[in-house]
Amino acid sequence: MTIREAHVPTSPARWTTPLLQYVITILVALIVLVPLLATAINGFKPNAELMQQPFALPKTWLWSNYTNVLQSNAFWRMLRNSVLVMIATAVGVIVLASMPAYVFSRMRFRGRELLFNFFTLGLLFPIAVAILPLYITLRQLNLIDSLWGIILPQIAFGLPGNILILRGFFATIPQELDEAAAMDGCSPVGYYLRILLPLMRPALAAVAVLTMVVSWNNFFLPLLVLNSEELYTLPLGIQQFQGQFGTDWGRVLAFVTLALVPTIGFYLLAERQIVAGLTAGAVKG
Amino acid sequence: MAQPSSRALGRAAVGWSRIRWGQVITIAGFLLPAAIIYVGLVLLPVVQAVYFSFFRWNGLGPLEQFNGLANYVRILSDRAFLSALGHNLQIAILSLAFQLPLSLALALLIREIRWGRAVFRTIFFLPFVLSEVVIGVIWNFIYRPQGGLINAVLQMIAPGSEPSALLADPDTVLYALFIVITWKYFGYHMILYIAGLQNIPAEIEEAAAIDGCSRLQTLRYITLPLLGSTVRLTIYLSVLGSLQLFDLIWVMTTGGPVGASDTMATYLYKYGFQRFQLGYGSAVAVILFLICFGFSLVYQRFAMRSDYE
Repeated sequence: MTIREAHVPTSPARWTTPLLQYVITILVALIVLVPLLATAINGFKPNAELMQQPFALPKTWLWSNYTNVLQSNAFWRMLRNSVLVMIATAVGVIVLASMPAYVFSRMRFRGRELLFNFFTLGLLFPIAVAILPLYITLRQLNLIDSLWGIILPQIAFGLPGNILILRGFFATIPQELDEAAAMDGCSPVGYYLRILLPLMRPALAAVAVLTMVVSWNNFFLPLLVLNSEELYTLPLGIQQFQGQFGTDWGRVLAFVTLALVPTIGFYLLAERQIVAGLTAGAVKG
Repeated sequence: MAQPSSRALGRAAVGWSRIRWGQVITIAGFLLPAAIIYVGLVLLPVVQAVYFSFFRWNGLGPLEQFNGLANYVRILSDRAFLSALGHNLQIAILSLAFQLPLSLALALLIREIRWGRAVFRTIFFLPFVLSEVVIGVIWNFIYRPQGGLINAVLQMIAPGSEPSALLADPDTVLYALFIVITWKYFGYHMILYIAGLQNIPAEIEEAAAIDGCSRLQTLRYITLPLLGSTVRLTIYLSVLGSLQLFDLIWVMTTGGPVGASDTMATYLYKYGFQRFQLGYGSAVAVILFLICFGFSLVYQRFAMRSDYE
């Protein structure tokens, strides 16, 4: 389901005047944007100046906070780790969730609903519930302090919700298509690879983008799994950076701003997919 | 392998005697990869958490100090846990009382706006996609007593007033955190309301207006009841989210000062990963699950039942 432009009720008596509407929406927009802009702008100030007027523009624009971060290996390493984990998780979720979703939406067999309920049972468990034994399991598998120790649990916990969402999307394919494919001698694997996946690209994109956002922002797993700085992802790195340079706010704010740039860029590109995935998941979940 | 149509598959499934092994192999092939990782990393750990919770264990030696329900008794009589649970509930109630009405009002407002609707929607939804860590650090800056945005505003309104450290005061810390939570999540609920509003046919609201309903009457008697399933859904998501809070709290206060902003999840983290009491921590995890599950069950049974039909 996608967000269409909302209809404008044509009732004669509006309950607010257009002017008031704009005053309120602009005010809320400022409440959202000012903290972000203040973060970016204050990153250009030396610390002494930062202690005074946080709303003022810098007296002289100090670039060193930003250039220090951009020239540090740490920032680029964290960016690379975050991207790696994000892509591996998205690919894993797309592949491993679309296969069961295909079975649960296009095949009929005894026990199908039972198996489906088994796969979506995981929706009941927040990761915090499983985290201690999960940690022990990862330790036994030698995945502590490895990016796989984040990727695999992220895929696993992403499966139930995404199987549910994809099953809903896959169910919209008309039955006639299955019959035509079967008539032409198309095997289930061929159907999955050559018909279902290409046909369902928008749904898969929504799932992929949503999974990427969740992975990009994940903090809990990296906090537990990663020990060496070389493996830190951005959220963990930012938290550690804040602890390390807590008094050097200019540098912390510059770091945060630079971490925000790819996130906001990605959001502006993929807003439609994010919203589509979220509303589909919420309405069906 | 020639494949029959799904309708034929349906017939084939009628009796076990007519099992089609080709189909069984296909289904197993499609399900197994997901099943392995899902069982191994989600279901099994949950079962293990229940098992561990009956032991005293530091996570390293063998699991042999069985102590029955002692962990549970200790948790439920620990003031620190009960107050952590209380903080989760307080955030949940604050969310229902302020965050959801605000989101709904904005959704209603934004659909009446003629120009720039998409821009405002994009801005309002933006905080939801930012990580709680980034948001936590930004708001740590905003709240800081010297040179923070909040105190700068306060100084403008009341010059010379004592700078306040909202995050360091046990009486205000939860409210300060709640403002950040609202800042992050109101756009998400607003998007859900917008999607719900779009499912209401325009004709119904127009008919009400033609029949002489005022704008408020239309809202009260037509729009809100028709939005019921979306409202119930956002309440559900909001409560479950409040019960599981961790990231933001950890980045901003680590549960402090003196436990005044601890949640069940930060309490679990402290016992499980900082004090290495894995048995005790697992019992906390089980209680956290039971509370979430109990809420889901009761809420879906009584409030959301009609939404599934």
